[in-house]
Amino acid sequence: MTVFFVVIILFGWFFSFYYNNPNILYFFVIFSVLMNFFSYWYSDKIVLALAGAKEAKREEYFDLYTSVENLSITAGLPMPKLYVVGDPAPNAFATGRDKNNSVVCVTSGLLAILTKPELEGVIAHELSHVGNRDMLLSTVVVVLVGFVSIIADVFRRNLFFGNISRDRDNDRSGGLVVLIGIILSILAPIFSLLIELAISRKREFLADASGALLTRYPEGLASALKKISKYGKPMARQSSAIAHLYIADPKGSQFGKKVMGLFATHPPVEERIKALVG
Amino acid sequence: MLLLTILVVLVLWAVFVFNGFVALRNRTEEAWADIEVQLKRRYDLIPNLVNTVKGYATHESSAFENVTKARSKAMGAGGNLADKGQAENMLTGALRSVFAIAEAYPDLKANQNFLALQNELSDTENKIQAARRFYNGNVRDLNIKIESFPSNILAKMFEVSKKEFFDLADDDVAQNPVGVKF
Repeated sequence: MTVFFVVIILFGWFFSFYYNNPNILYFFVIFSVLMNFFSYWYSDKIVLALAGAKEAKREEYFDLYTSVENLSITAGLPMPKLYVVGDPAPNAFATGRDKNNSVVCVTSGLLAILTKPELEGVIAHELSHVGNRDMLLSTVVVVLVGFVSIIADVFRRNLFFGNISRDRDNDRSGGLVVLIGIILSILAPIFSLLIELAISRKREFLADASGALLTRYPEGLASALKKISKYGKPMARQSSAIAHLYIADPKGSQFGKKVMGLFATHPPVEERIKALVG
Repeated sequence: MLLLTILVVLVLWAVFVFNGFVALRNRTEEAWADIEVQLKRRYDLIPNLVNTVKGYATHESSAFENVTKARSKAMGAGGNLADKGQAENMLTGALRSVFAIAEAYPDLKANQNFLALQNELSDTENKIQAARRFYNGNVRDLNIKIESFPSNILAKMFEVSKKEFFDLADDDVAQNPVGVKF
């Protein structure tokens, strides 16, 4: 979602630069903000269509279904809708605009390789995302980042195009202020994006911690994370639009190593395990 | 003017804290209702289990009597949570002995009906544990708020009473001892 958002804004910036018309950028930013709200509101349906999931019945997936049921009781959440994606790569995600419209989804590969305590750890992590309202938070943050980039752009334009026509015999001290302003307006969007990613990583740690509080067995989630990261192969059916939702990067761990820590949506698995079991 | 401001702030604080008490008390009561739903589910499953097992293990009538007795005792126990917890524990123990008996009857162990009941009962037991932990978590939050300063002053004024924890002896902690690190 974030990548998509940034790409759209970059497109908008490029077009507006090319045609020298700031309105194009604003159109693109507003368009992607609206897209964000839309995808937040219908996140459960969109994501399921993207991931190709089917509903998990109690009879068919007894262990999975009852684990989710029990952990929702412990967390005091309503039972989320439960889906299974047929994919050998182990992964899981949660989404939905609030706790009454939440969805938890796991892959069949996850069910195949995890023991019950490990599965419970993963589900507790996903339920914690629902309980902590991380979907709402990330939507709000993405929108805020968008506004920062609009404001920074407005500021830059005023400097470059507006200032020339005005009286030029201003005092010297103005020059330094303008220079700082230019630097800040370039850095602000980058920093706000980094802050957004940092928040995403913090929320992962928080969900790990709240999940461990639910099961009272952090070793379960830790060993599940170890198994998931060891698998290493990418998911058969992946979409970068929903990559940040998964418990582990769906592109496989090879990709994760190449990406700089600063730009990752998830903290490194080793750090998460260290935080869980110490 | 300053006095008035302080008064307004105090009243707002009191309203805030009082509403917090109301929310916590209601949540605790709701959590208790969740436990009762699961306990009731277990009471409902037991007669089915006894009937299924009776057909195979005719010589073990004392175990069935124990379960039936423990069930009616647990259903009758009310009010005091400690008594209720003890009665439920006895019921859990009696159920275990029935399942232990079933081990000796291969025909019974192969019975689909019995297997389904065994699954349902162990699931219900897990759900009782889950509901109990949610309830105890809420009781803990309520009790902390009642005891800690300065909300304890308001708790006395509005006579908000502490709630009891619901303890069952066989706990997750007792089954998986916590590893100690130095």
